[in-house]
Amino acid sequence: MKTILKVLALIGLSFSFCQAFAALNIFACEPEWGALAQEIAGDKAAVYSATTALQDAHRIEARPSLIARIRSADLLVCSGSELEIGWLPLLLTQSGNSRIQRGMPGYLEASQQVARIEIPQVVARSLGDIHPGGNPHIHTDARNIARVAEVLALRLAQLDPQNAVAYKFRSEAFGARWRAAIERWERAGARLKDVPVVVYHRDFSYFIRWMGMREAGSLEPKPGIPPTPAHLAELVEQMKRAPAKVIVYSPYNDPRAAQFLSERTGIPAVMLPYTVGGNEKAKDLFGLFDETIALFLAVMK
Amino acid sequence: MYRRLLCGMAFAVALSAPLASRAQDTELGKIREELRQLKEVYERRIQALEQRLQQSEAKAGKAEEAALQAAVQASSRPAGENAFNPALSVILNGTLGNLKRDPNAYRINGFVPTMGEVSPPPRGLSLGESELVLSASVDHLFRGALIAAIAPGGGIEVEEGYVQTLGLSSGFTIKAGRFFSGVGYQNAVHAHAWDFTDAPLASKAFLGGQLAEDGIQVKWVAPTELYVDLGLELGRGRKFPGVPDGGRSKNGFGSGTLFTHAGGDLGASTAWQLGISHLRTSPQGRGYNDVDSTGTAVNNSFTGRSRLWGIDGILKWAPNGNATSTNLKLQGEYFRRTESGALTYDTQAASLGTQTGSYRSKQSGWYAQGIYQFMPEWRVGYRHDRLNSGTTGIGLVAPGALTAADFPVLGGHNPRRNSVMLDWSPSEFSRWRLQLARDYSRFGVPDNQVFLQYVMSLGAHSAHKF
Ligand SMILES: [Zn+2]
Repeated sequence: MKTILKVLALIGLSFSFCQAFAALNIFACEPEWGALAQEIAGDKAAVYSATTALQDAHRIEARPSLIARIRSADLLVCSGSELEIGWLPLLLTQSGNSRIQRGMPGYLEASQQVARIEIPQVVARSLGDIHPGGNPHIHTDARNIARVAEVLALRLAQLDPQNAVAYKFRSEAFGARWRAAIERWERAGARLKDVPVVVYHRDFSYFIRWMGMREAGSLEPKPGIPPTPAHLAELVEQMKRAPAKVIVYSPYNDPRAAQFLSERTGIPAVMLPYTVGGNEKAKDLFGLFDETIALFLAVMK
Repeated sequence: MYRRLLCGMAFAVALSAPLASRAQDTELGKIREELRQLKEVYERRIQALEQRLQQSEAKAGKAEEAALQAAVQASSRPAGENAFNPALSVILNGTLGNLKRDPNAYRINGFVPTMGEVSPPPRGLSLGESELVLSASVDHLFRGALIAAIAPGGGIEVEEGYVQTLGLSSGFTIKAGRFFSGVGYQNAVHAHAWDFTDAPLASKAFLGGQLAEDGIQVKWVAPTELYVDLGLELGRGRKFPGVPDGGRSKNGFGSGTLFTHAGGDLGASTAWQLGISHLRTSPQGRGYNDVDSTGTAVNNSFTGRSRLWGIDGILKWAPNGNATSTNLKLQGEYFRRTESGALTYDTQAASLGTQTGSYRSKQSGWYAQGIYQFMPEWRVGYRHDRLNSGTTGIGLVAPGALTAADFPVLGGHNPRRNSVMLDWSPSEFSRWRLQLARDYSRFGVPDNQVFLQYVMSLGAHSAHKF
C-alpha cells in the first residue's frame, strides 16, 4: 500500500516536474528576442522564434504554423513599431488566445521600451514603407537590449510568479555579463567613430548612432523599395565625390545591389549578421555583436 | 528535446521505484536531508543576490532612469482622441477590358444561374468596385471591421461588417455579422488580393462569385504544433446557393457551413494548408431567368436542398522562407454539389404556364493555379478552370410536357477556361496586371478576354491571410 502511494506520488511529482519545465511558451517575432528570452528564462520556458535571420521581418506570411504556435503562447516578444504590421495583427486575431493580445501582460513590444529614432515628421506612403512609430530595428544598439532584458525579466516574473526568483537571478547574471560586453564593444568600436557607411535598409541606424558612425546613403531609394538602377547610379556618383568606408547589408537582403556598388566604387561590401543566426559566428546575442564589430574593424585596416 | 528526455527519465524512475522500495527507505532519508541542505544554501545565495541587486539598482542613478523614461515617452506616438481612430483604407481598382463576347450576356451553361456578380469585367475602360475598409479593436474583448463596396454606378453595399472576439482563450474565436464564408479557400480572400482579375469558374458556379453570409462563425484552433482548425457557421442563407434576394423571413438559420484545415511547414522554405468544407442550405423559391423553347424570357425557381462539398489546398514556397525576391504559390480547389427538390417553370406564367416538377442535380468543378514571382515586383501566373455539369434530372422534361429546350441554361455543358497573367507590384500597395483568358463558359465559340487592371490601396497597411 505504502509502495503504491509512493509510486503515485512520484508519478505526480514527475508530472509537475514536466509541467514546471515548460511553464511558459514564449513566441518571439524575431530571432534576437528569441535569444534574449532564452537568456532570461533559461529552461523555465519553451522559446519559439517566428522568423529566422534569412527572412525579412517586414514581409512574412501569416502561415498556419505561426498561428498554431501563437495560439498556445503565454508571452509574445516582438520589435513592434509596425515592423510586423503585415502579419502579426492577422496572427493575433486568428490565435484565439487572449493572453497575448495588445495591452495584456503577455504582449511585449520591445521598441516601446526604448527611445526610438528616425520618427518621421511627415507620414506618407510616397516616402516609401516608412515606420510611423520610428525605426523599429532597435536591437542593433546593445544598450537597448539591456533595457528590454530588464522589462522582459519583470514580465516573466509577473506571468510566472513561481519562478520569479529564477528570472531575477538570471536577468541579473545576464545584465552583468552584458554590461561588461558593452564596455568591451564600445572600446573596440571606438575606431568606428565618424566612419561613413552605406546601408541597404535603415536597419543598422541604432548601431550607427551608438558607435558614432555616419550613414552616407542607403541602397534602397526609399525605405522598403528595392534598389533601382537610377538610384544606384546616383550612389556611384555620390561615392566618387565622398566615398564611404564600407557598404553593409543583411542576410535577408539581395546581395546584388551591394556587390554592384562595391564593384563600381571599390568600397568593400560586407554582409553583417544583423540578428542571431545571421552567420555562423552570431550564434547568440554576444556572438552577434562580437561578429558585427569584428566585421566592421576588418574593413578598417 | 532534452526536456522530453528528462520527462521520460522522471517517469521511468517513478515506475521502477517499487523494485527497490525497501532498500530505498533509508536511502531516501539521506537524499531528503541532502536536498534540504542544498535548498538552504541556494536560498541564502539568492537572498544575498537580491540584496545586491536592490543596492545596485538604487545606486544606478535615479536621474539616468528618469532621463530614459522621458526619452521613451517622447518617442512614443502622439496620444489623444485621434489615436483611437480605426485603421482606414480605401482600395481602388479599374480595368481596361477587351472581350470577344458581350459580358452582359455572360452565363455558365450547364449550371443554374446564381444571379450574383459572376460576369467578367466590362468591355472598355471601367472603374471596378471601390472598397472602404475600417477596422479597430472595440475594447479589450472585441474587434470590429466594416468593408463597404461602392459600386461604380453609385450605391453602397456592405461587403463585410462583423465583430470578432479577442478575449476568448483556448483557441476559440467567434465572429458575428456579415462575413465571407469559410467555405473553400478563395472565398474568404478579398477580391483585391486575388491573383487573377476575376474569380475561378467553380466559385462563380457554386458560390455566386463570393459568398458573404449574415450569421455567426465559431472557429477553434487546436493546441498542437501542426495547425488544425475546426469551424462552424450558421447563416441566414441570404445569397446563392441559398436565396439570392436576401433570405426568407424565417426564424433560425437558413444555411450551415462546416470547415476544417490542417497546415504546417515543410522545412524553412515551404508552407502548406489543406482544407475540407461543407455548406448546406435549403433554398425556398430560388429564382433564375432563362429563355424557353418559344423564345420567351421566363423566370423559374427551385425549392429544395443544396449540399456543397469542397476540398482546397495551398502550397507556398520561398527560398529559406524569404519571399522578397522569388516565391511560388500553388493553389487549387475542388467542389461537388448535389441539389434535390422541386423546379417550378415560368413562375410569372409569361409563356407556357406555371408548372412544377422534381429536380435533382450532381455537379462538380475545380481549378488549379500557380503564381511565380521570378524577380522582385514581377509575377507570372497560370490558372486552369474546369466544370462538369454532371447529371441533371428535370421532372418536367417528359413526353407530352416540356422539353429540354425549355431549360437551355441547364443543358449539359462542361465549361473550361485557361488564364495567364503577368503583374507588377512596385510596392505592397499597388499592382498592375495584364491577364489573357480563353473562356468556354458558354455554348459556342470561346470568349477571348484581355484585361489590364490596377489595384491600389490607400491608407492603413492591410495584412493578408495565408
Ligand atoms: Zn525597417
